[in-house]
Amino acid sequence: MSEPWEDEVEGPVKKFMFVNRKSPYGTVYALESLEVVLITAAFDQDVSLVFSDDGVYQIKKGQNTDGIGMKNFSPTYRALEGYDVEKLYVDKESLEERGLTEDDLLVDVEVLSRAELADLMDDQDVVLSF
Amino acid sequence: MAMLHTVNKSPFERNTLDSCISMAKSGSSILLIEDGIFGALKGTSATDKVSSAMSNVTFYVLGPDLNARGMTEEQLIDGIKVVDYEGFVDLTAEHENVQAWL
Amino acid sequence: MPIEVNGKSLETDEEGYLANLNDWVPECATVMAALEDQELTESHWEVINFLREYYDEYQIAPAVRVLTKAIGKKLGKDKGNSKYLYELFPYGPGKQACKYAGLPKPTGCV
Repeated sequence: MSEPWEDEVEGPVKKFMFVNRKSPYGTVYALESLEVVLITAAFDQDVSLVFSDDGVYQIKKGQNTDGIGMKNFSPTYRALEGYDVEKLYVDKESLEERGLTEDDLLVDVEVLSRAELADLMDDQDVVLSF
Repeated sequence: MAMLHTVNKSPFERNTLDSCISMAKSGSSILLIEDGIFGALKGTSATDKVSSAMSNVTFYVLGPDLNARGMTEEQLIDGIKVVDYEGFVDLTAEHENVQAWL
Repeated sequence: MPIEVNGKSLETDEEGYLANLNDWVPECATVMAALEDQELTESHWEVINFLREYYDEYQIAPAVRVLTKAIGKKLGKDKGNSKYLYELFPYGPGKQACKYAGLPKPTGCV
């Protein structure tokens, strides 16, 4: 029998893309997506995230939820790097419509056009939309 | 006395704010709460419709919902007033009735 | 089952994790460890304190792999490996150390 620290199983690695389109606190989608992202990453899968439409608000700097009695989970996006989740993409048009720039975001991202995002999406094994 | 409308949906995701504005009578108030606060911000594709409605309607935004989403008072369209939960209650009491747009 | 810490009764879930993160004081770790016949050494505290800091910064309990890597970065390669961490926390560094640190069970941990 193997020791517990040796029982890492090498399984198939698939390309997972999570498409985040909802703002963070009005619905539970953003938080649920983040949890699934962490679990998927913990299983050593190839994970990428897209933030588009109101999803770009999930990674807006300066969130302070003290007044609404909900957990501020925005710091967790900064933990993704430690999970080797480094492919974070943001839809350029969504940012512009909302008067936001890359400087307003709390993690490093790649800002892409919809055509470029469509190509990336096309390249995935699994696409999950939240 | 006038009506207080509340809108809790993002103007980028639903047409709730449009519907509300189109039916809000002159002199009434619109309070933006939860994801509705995104309608209160300067420099977005929704700014113009709120700005132009402000000649007839008074706009308020709920501060705690604004801050939760990483926004501050400086980012608001000029003339929109920030209220806290107590202010929300006051608005409710001051107006004749409330319509909560969903 | 609640645990007794400094004369106070603190609520835990069915697996022994603190129900309320804010209840945590260092003595919680000592009490929880005693329930599992573990004695806490400096090395244990290093990991527990690391987890507290990690949670404070990122608002989650890290997955084991992430914890291992991060410990290696902070405390050196001889500590940033599974063998070392499993020897300190035989029930699993993720599960057991997070519990002692008053954190929730790591996301993705079954």
